[in-house]
Amino acid sequence: MNAAKIVDLFSSELRAINLGLESFAQTLIQEGAKAVQVDWRPPAGGDAKAIAALDALAAGTTVDIEKANDEAIRRIQSAKPTVIGIGTAIDVVPGMARDLILHAGPPITWERMCGPMRGAVIGGILYEGLAKTPEEAQALAASGKIRFDPCHHHDAVGPMAGIMTASMPVWIIENKTFGNRAYCTLNEGLGKVLRYGANSAEVIDKLRWMRDELAPILADALALHGPLDMKSIIAQVLQMGDEGHNRNRAGTSLIIRELAPHMVLLDRPKEQLSKVLAFLNGNDHFFLNLTMPSAKCTVDAAAGIEGSTIITTMARNGTDFGIKLSGLPGRWFTGPAGIVDGLYLPGYGPEHAARDIGDSVITETSGIGGFAMAAAPAIVKFVGGSPKDAINVTLRMYEITSAENDAYQIPVLDFRGTPTGIDVRKVVETGILPAINTGIAHKDPGVGMVGAGLVKPPENAFRDALVAFAEKYAK
Amino acid sequence: MKRITVRKDSYYDSVFLMLATRELKKMQGVLEAVVAMATPMNVDLLGDMGFDKSELAALTPNDLVVAIDANDEKILDASLTEAFAALKRKAATSDEAGLVRTGSLSAALKIDPKAMLAIISVPGAYAAREARKALEAGLHVMLFSDNVSLDDEIALKKLAVSKGLLMMGPDCGTAIINGKPLCFANVVRRGPVGVVAASGTGLQEVTSLLDHYGTGITQAIGTGGRDLKNAAVGGRTSLLAIEALATDPATKVIVVVSKPPAPEVAAKVVAALKASGKPAVAHFLGLPPGKDEPLLAYASDLEETALLAARFAEGDTNSFDARANLADDSGNDRYNRPAPAQIRTIADHEARRLGPGQKYLRGLYTGGTLTDESLFIAHRELGGVFSNNQTDPAWVPADPRVSTGHTIVDLGDDTFTAGKPHPMIDPAARAERIAQEGADPETAVILLDVVLGHGSHADPAGACVESVRKARALAESRGGYLPVIASVTGTYADPQGYAAQVATLEAEGVVVMPSNVRAAILAIEIAKRAQGGRA
Repeated sequence: MNAAKIVDLFSSELRAINLGLESFAQTLIQEGAKAVQVDWRPPAGGDAKAIAALDALAAGTTVDIEKANDEAIRRIQSAKPTVIGIGTAIDVVPGMARDLILHAGPPITWERMCGPMRGAVIGGILYEGLAKTPEEAQALAASGKIRFDPCHHHDAVGPMAGIMTASMPVWIIENKTFGNRAYCTLNEGLGKVLRYGANSAEVIDKLRWMRDELAPILADALALHGPLDMKSIIAQVLQMGDEGHNRNRAGTSLIIRELAPHMVLLDRPKEQLSKVLAFLNGNDHFFLNLTMPSAKCTVDAAAGIEGSTIITTMARNGTDFGIKLSGLPGRWFTGPAGIVDGLYLPGYGPEHAARDIGDSVITETSGIGGFAMAAAPAIVKFVGGSPKDAINVTLRMYEITSAENDAYQIPVLDFRGTPTGIDVRKVVETGILPAINTGIAHKDPGVGMVGAGLVKPPENAFRDALVAFAEKYAK
Repeated sequence: MKRITVRKDSYYDSVFLMLATRELKKMQGVLEAVVAMATPMNVDLLGDMGFDKSELAALTPNDLVVAIDANDEKILDASLTEAFAALKRKAATSDEAGLVRTGSLSAALKIDPKAMLAIISVPGAYAAREARKALEAGLHVMLFSDNVSLDDEIALKKLAVSKGLLMMGPDCGTAIINGKPLCFANVVRRGPVGVVAASGTGLQEVTSLLDHYGTGITQAIGTGGRDLKNAAVGGRTSLLAIEALATDPATKVIVVVSKPPAPEVAAKVVAALKASGKPAVAHFLGLPPGKDEPLLAYASDLEETALLAARFAEGDTNSFDARANLADDSGNDRYNRPAPAQIRTIADHEARRLGPGQKYLRGLYTGGTLTDESLFIAHRELGGVFSNNQTDPAWVPADPRVSTGHTIVDLGDDTFTAGKPHPMIDPAARAERIAQEGADPETAVILLDVVLGHGSHADPAGACVESVRKARALAESRGGYLPVIASVTGTYADPQGYAAQVATLEAEGVVVMPSNVRAAILAIEIAKRAQGGRA
């Protein structure tokens, strides 16, 4: 009988979903019914072109989007990022060259680079010995004799300015399931560091120490330890109060725990080993440069799937924020990098902040970072309040993702898997933008980190990507 | 004035420290503030900022430093207190009890996978899209939004019927499902009557009267104004709703209320009611009632609709018995109906003091269907009434804001509500109009509806008494008298409370009738007396 479902409604407890005027939901609650309030906003912010693209995709596509996304999710879920060693960029990073400097985010020219990125480029040139003074370095950078390319175009990622040059040591992470690799420099610690655009002598000296002592010691200790299963370690850190982007204290501690027993066996002066351990201990974010390439080789495996709307890259260069879709490989969709809404270190304020920068948003792309905010109660104040707010940030991300992570779980959500696999259709439809935790760089080169907080990516990048996707795939 | 305060061995997460710093900087008279752990970097920084380094010398990164530069000692003390309070402060929980919020329909369905109904009140341009998504997700829909195209309505209703889902609306303002009021609806007791109605105040009047009669309803299903009226929509929702009520074991009587349906649709509705095998009452506003059949009674107004349904619910087995039991001489006065003779007595009494120039009925309505009900009778009885709801252009006033002759105006009509709240939500516009009619020496009687229930104004009676007083004073200053007649559509259990609203009106000398139709009849009787020159 056709009316069976309606009769069923009549004989059930009334449970409603209310889209729009909230008083209707409140009436139901008052009268003892159940209601979920949808804080409705016009789809795609009312952008007619994006709505047309959404509707066109819903009406029919040349490739089955759901199937394509299932495959993308399968690949993300089954990825097994593993630290297999440390190498020198020129030797291991695909396409690396002496005259090439890799940077964070989508492609950008020297002319359009922000202050911190320019400062870091100058530092990178000095570090490589391609120039003797910052002035010479700047002239060289502007001369066109140095090539710039995104880290992302070379299977790599870099935090903040994300500068990688030929002789820098890099972590080598391999996705054991699919064999693809990702690379990332070693984290320099806080204060005056290259990734925030600092390039003074002490910055360059530290980079050289990292190359000459830190990297070899870590590489040797890692060789004794054997490959490090990053998936299992990231799963652990989420249960220890990290979210893998802005808080890496547990992760860094676990790395020390893993490597220390092997480090002490190395035939090296005790002072050197102690300095390495002290350096790790003093740098909570050391682990970030491991979660980033782990995330990178995880989502890279899901790139290039015909018909998939899953976002496989998000990145910023301090000027532009860019994303890539699995089903539109090789194409960046960009918008202006945002201002970070956050809290500041003593002595600094919003007037000192640079725009959003860095490849670290690869963590959110893979389902941790801001998406796992509920796992990191210690940093929830960045999102403006209580642990409840952090839980809400994570819960909201389930609305724009396709899956719940098999490995990465959140204790406070009853070990629910983190929201994983951002579907650009859902982002555009709901207007809910990915929640991104991030550090704040000083806008002047070389000052360093001035705070941390939450940043909104530009909505147009997602809409443009969706429209382009519909142009290619809608029937 | 600078001060450093130290707490040894008290570690705080840097985020709490930054937050405390921010709070301090916001305070009046605080020039600079740092709340931080005494790391070498922070100690250097404080030195650079001009704080006394000697006080900081022996500190370790496990020690908390609060460094404040302020205009005076008092502010220093206050800011220091604030600093430690901020560190201790537990964020207030922002959670409101009961209501779970989310950002999209799909997320809402994940939160409550057992949800069966979507109530949609988004702007019209997006409403069809959201309704389609809800139907595709298997949800019944109440579509409150208006400005949905006819094509969209037909497509949505086809989709709903193919899935066996209830598609109430578009432009459906009222429904009661499982005893729960949806949007603008009254708190009506549960009982054996199932109601299908276009929407709005017609449904509210019938269900509220059923509540007054002690009968109650199973369901009140709104269909949207075009469902029966427009042949292309074809009564898809009404027919499915009738089928559902026919199947529903709790429903013993079925009621259909609508404006005049398209003839072919009316035939289908009548056939569906007969096929239900249950006693049914049909009321098509403005049409002369059809000839009763044993199980199908045709009512001539909303009150009679409720009365006939109540009789069926109380056990009358056919229309003829039901009608006989309602006849004026049946001795059955438990429905609180003043008999025509009584109404005439009240009219005589009210009309007694009318001044010579007072000639016309002025109905000022907030409910659309209630307007129509009064308009049809008054137009017939008084030989023509102007109204913005008239279909004959000859009787549509040039300016609906000004009354001429007998006028019954629907203040909830689009011409009045563009950019303004509906008068059921904000009765201010009607209050003004009452005063305006009072200033018109030709006004003989004012007729009002007062609609209660969820969604309506918290005190609609109270919102009009002041202007009633003003209008009456004006009439009296001219040596006349101004009768004001009203009915209250609502129940004792409504948030505003039927009894309290009636009391408010009566305290102001308003004559409150038990139903809209009786209020209209009384007002018409007074207007007739005014026309007849009786004063």
